[in-house]
Amino acid sequence: MGGFGFDVAHMLAGLLVLASLTMLYQDRLVTLINVLALHALILSASVAWQAHLQHAPDLFITAAIALGFKAAFIPWALRRIVVRLGLHREIETSAGIGPTMLAGMGLVALSLEVMLPVTAAADPVARQDIALALSVVLIGLLIMVTRRNAVSQVVGFLSIDDGISLAATGARGMPLVVEISVAFSVLVAFIVIGIFLFRIRERFDTVDLGVLDEFRGERR
Amino acid sequence: MAVLVLLAIAGLLATGVAGGLRCRAADGRVVVYGASLGISVLLVGVGVAALALPAATLRLPLFLPWIGARFRVDALAGFFLIVVNLGAATASLYGLGYGRHETAPERVLPFYPIFLGGLNLVVVAADAFGFLFAWELMSVASWALVIAHHHDPRNMRAGFLYLVMANLSGLALLLAFGLLAGPAGDYSFAAMAASHAAGGTAALALALALFGAGAKAGLIPLHAWLPEAHPAAPSHVSALMSGVMTKVAIYAFVRIAFDLLGATPWWEAVLVLALGGATAVLGVLYALMQRDLKRLLAYSTVENIGIVFIGLGLALAFRADDDPVGATLALTAALLHVFNHMLFKSLLFMGAGAVQTATGTRDMDQLGGLIHRLRFTSFAVLVGCAAISALPPLNGFVSEWLTFQAILLRPDLPQWGFKVMLPADGALLALAAALAAACFVKAFGITFLGRARSAAAADAVEVDGFMRAAMGGLVALCLLGGILPGVLIDALAPVARTVLGARLPEQLTLPWASIVPVGAARSSYDGLLIFLFVAMATSLTVAAIHRFASHAVRRAPAWDCGFPNPSPVTQYTADSFAQPLRRVFAGSLLGAHEVVTLPPPGDTAPARIEKTLRDPIWEYGYAPVVNGVDRLAGVLNKLQFLTIRRYLSLVFLALIALLLVLALWQ
Repeated sequence: MGGFGFDVAHMLAGLLVLASLTMLYQDRLVTLINVLALHALILSASVAWQAHLQHAPDLFITAAIALGFKAAFIPWALRRIVVRLGLHREIETSAGIGPTMLAGMGLVALSLEVMLPVTAAADPVARQDIALALSVVLIGLLIMVTRRNAVSQVVGFLSIDDGISLAATGARGMPLVVEISVAFSVLVAFIVIGIFLFRIRERFDTVDLGVLDEFRGERR
Repeated sequence: MAVLVLLAIAGLLATGVAGGLRCRAADGRVVVYGASLGISVLLVGVGVAALALPAATLRLPLFLPWIGARFRVDALAGFFLIVVNLGAATASLYGLGYGRHETAPERVLPFYPIFLGGLNLVVVAADAFGFLFAWELMSVASWALVIAHHHDPRNMRAGFLYLVMANLSGLALLLAFGLLAGPAGDYSFAAMAASHAAGGTAALALALALFGAGAKAGLIPLHAWLPEAHPAAPSHVSALMSGVMTKVAIYAFVRIAFDLLGATPWWEAVLVLALGGATAVLGVLYALMQRDLKRLLAYSTVENIGIVFIGLGLALAFRADDDPVGATLALTAALLHVFNHMLFKSLLFMGAGAVQTATGTRDMDQLGGLIHRLRFTSFAVLVGCAAISALPPLNGFVSEWLTFQAILLRPDLPQWGFKVMLPADGALLALAAALAAACFVKAFGITFLGRARSAAAADAVEVDGFMRAAMGGLVALCLLGGILPGVLIDALAPVARTVLGARLPEQLTLPWASIVPVGAARSSYDGLLIFLFVAMATSLTVAAIHRFASHAVRRAPAWDCGFPNPSPVTQYTADSFAQPLRRVFAGSLLGAHEVVTLPPPGDTAPARIEKTLRDPIWEYGYAPVVNGVDRLAGVLNKLQFLTIRRYLSLVFLALIALLLVLALWQ
């Protein structure tokens, strides 16, 4: 495997982490969804590059799924939901940008620190991919923890899935059927969450989770 | 042979299904108990054959895929097959009659054969998975039988306690097998026995096996569930649980300690000896304090488990000291007591069930005078009481005598622990035997002698033929086991050879069916001669009285023993009979306390005596654990009511913490 192939794979994975970090400080829902689309686009490119490197034509299908599904359909649908719920002008107050970004950077450092020594024997491309994928997953979790709006939690959840895909495609011999079933389960989760969003909205006139907590009488 | 056992077990499970389908039909009882009886008799035959034949193994593609299940019928399994199925056969015969009075047959009939199947499966399983599966099957089926009469909240509490302890016991055995399998992870008994773990691993595995088997057998301080759960079940199931299931627990201990494990450190033998001695004495002390006939019997089971564990501890001690003869003697004594206790404890529980059927109560203070109404039952219970009190020429004497022989065999063991423990255990065993005799004098005397204390006892009617036949069979076996012990000791020789590689000298060649376990210079016992002497002396006395006594009939007022009031209340009660022993022993050990309230002069109110008993083991051993778990659950309960974001944060922080540990570890 040439140095160039490795550099490009590394760059794409790094871009994915960068997009994740970008997500952390978006306080408008529409831009957040745009970044999610960008995130999935980068993932798709990364997977396609892996397909080229590993001479694995089935990974092209994965890349196509990522492109069509995660980069086009889901952001489009989310945008529709946001517009229909009337949230597109809303500004979400989350934890301050500075501390969040610092935490995100800390997570990237932590995942590199953990993963690089553990995978010392592995193929260098897979090694970088797994380390960066872990940071994408952790940042996705951080988004879910810090956000209060249900839609942005969905976005965080989807970015976690992107991270998992990155790790899975970096490792050789990932069967296509697993990838398809993962994509399918994400779709199902997305549909369920979308329906839930509308039901919650119907009931409480908001998708702010804080209001739901108040409704349960357990705001702390 | 193994195929035959497995087919029989499958037959038992199928009988359970049939019992579930036909439990409401009139013939459901006949189908279930009849089939169980037939299969048990068949399995007794298999067990006898297994003692003589070489071990048979079988591997079936059951349970875990690719690993399968292994079964093995060797001499040890054969002996316990006999114990299990002899008990099961008599209990099934008894059930044919006893089940007629069952108010909720749909809660008994489906589980009874499954319980039997579980008991048999434990004995023949030859890998950890099959063993634990059978162990849990046995526990769950017997739990269902314990709560058969679930309208009584005490039964539900007993069932819950039993389930908790059964879980702990299963967990301990699981961990023991995990240690034995080692890092290679081969869970077949053959591989475990071949690896012969030693040192720290062996010590820990033996301790876990002691906990797991001891909790199931009723070793103090793990006995708390036993006197609650055993009496709660229907009487023939109580007989099975007390007579058979505790023996299967002992099988588990013997299998792990003697077959799978190599030599263990000597101090563990001291531990087993200490627990055995404490269990024997405390168990019988508890039994003496009881008024409920079945609870008394259940506590007496605890005592006998203690005696068996003294024997097993001795065998461990001799093995640690490389003395195969002594180890064989001690193990034979323990296994013989297992067999004997199965016989007389089943008999006594069946007798208690007969009393309950005839009178509707198990409270001894409501009984009395039953010897006139239940002639056969009282004879059978009398034999059982004499056997469990270790009176010659019955079988209980032989095994306790052998245990004493094992204690007296080597007073010169070099380790200091044995120098202290062996004399102490001898004294404890003697004390337990004496107290057991007192306990069963009380059980028989209060229940069957004197005058009836209630109308139900006065109008009791003898039980039916099935129940009498079951008790009669056990009486005959108790007597035969006592007068021909050599047969049993010789039958145990292949077992000892399997697990210890040595055997006792052959007994059947000796004249007059006497037994000489170690050497004629040391000791010998001849049950047949004693039996003949007792029989001849009795018949001579009877003949002499009939020949020489006056035949004139003379009517006179009965001597009133100084109690001119003929009311039955003036008789000894269960509690008043036990009072001297309670004052001597139970004051400090069980916190027994009496308060006498005398009315002031001139007041005609009756004087009152109030007795309180505490169970220090429950108060200091179990109650703190229960309270601790309760408090912890109360604290953790708050976690049930967090917001979604808090749950996510918890997950996130846990993940980060684990990753940090991983990062800092390197």
